[in-house]
Amino acid sequence: MSVLEAVWRGVTYRGGIGHWAWLLHRVSGIGVAVFLTLHILDIFSTAFGPEVFNRLLFIYHSIFFRPFLVMLVFGVTYHALNGLRLILVDFWPGLMTRYHKGMWYVILVISLIATVINAIAMF
Amino acid sequence: MTYLSETGGRPRPGAGFALWSWFFMRISGLILIFLVLFHLFWMHLYIGLDNITFETIVNRWTGPLGAFWRMYDLIMLVFAFTHGMNGVRWVIEDYVRQPGWRLALISTLVVVYVVVLLAGIYIIFAFPVVELE
Repeated sequence: MSVLEAVWRGVTYRGGIGHWAWLLHRVSGIGVAVFLTLHILDIFSTAFGPEVFNRLLFIYHSIFFRPFLVMLVFGVTYHALNGLRLILVDFWPGLMTRYHKGMWYVILVISLIATVINAIAMF
Repeated sequence: MTYLSETGGRPRPGAGFALWSWFFMRISGLILIFLVLFHLFWMHLYIGLDNITFETIVNRWTGPLGAFWRMYDLIMLVFAFTHGMNGVRWVIEDYVRQPGWRLALISTLVVVYVVVLLAGIYIIFAFPVVELE
């Protein structure tokens, strides 16, 4: 399956909540992994002294980068809570398969609230 | 392609490295929920994005709780980056079927993993590399 085919199937497949939970988990995971790689390197740049580091910080202080940081907050919160949901379903299947759908909606709402709070603090 | 369970989770592999990797994602994930969410909200809501400068890192790593924060950051770094790169490996293995491409991408990923992880560990222990005023 090519990447394009995978994206098309990802958008059109009607697999229900599990499918959307998985897709969002995957996309947020990749996004957070990319950010984390950049973040390790920007902290490493403190090795070159305060001038270099503070000059690099324009990325985080610029208004154009803020939407990405808002998305990062949603990605981290969703990935964390949905990951917890998957762990619960894996290890307590009998109990959790009954509630996993409801839990997913709760997770979406909590992630959105956390994102809005962070966005207000950012702007 | 790994088939998904109804909940959108990855089914537990039978044995070997795949099983260990599956367990690692769950155990590191559980630890990271606390470490990363606290870190994210602490930096964004308590310290505030616009207040972060070189000075913030000086206070964090050389202040009275410096040893604690260095350990916190080391544990978070190792777990988070290993978790993230293992996740990217799963994505590559899901979509890239040709053995040549797969080998090339996974090898690149391993190199990036080792180099960036070592850079992160280095700065946690070596900070401040430059002399502070």
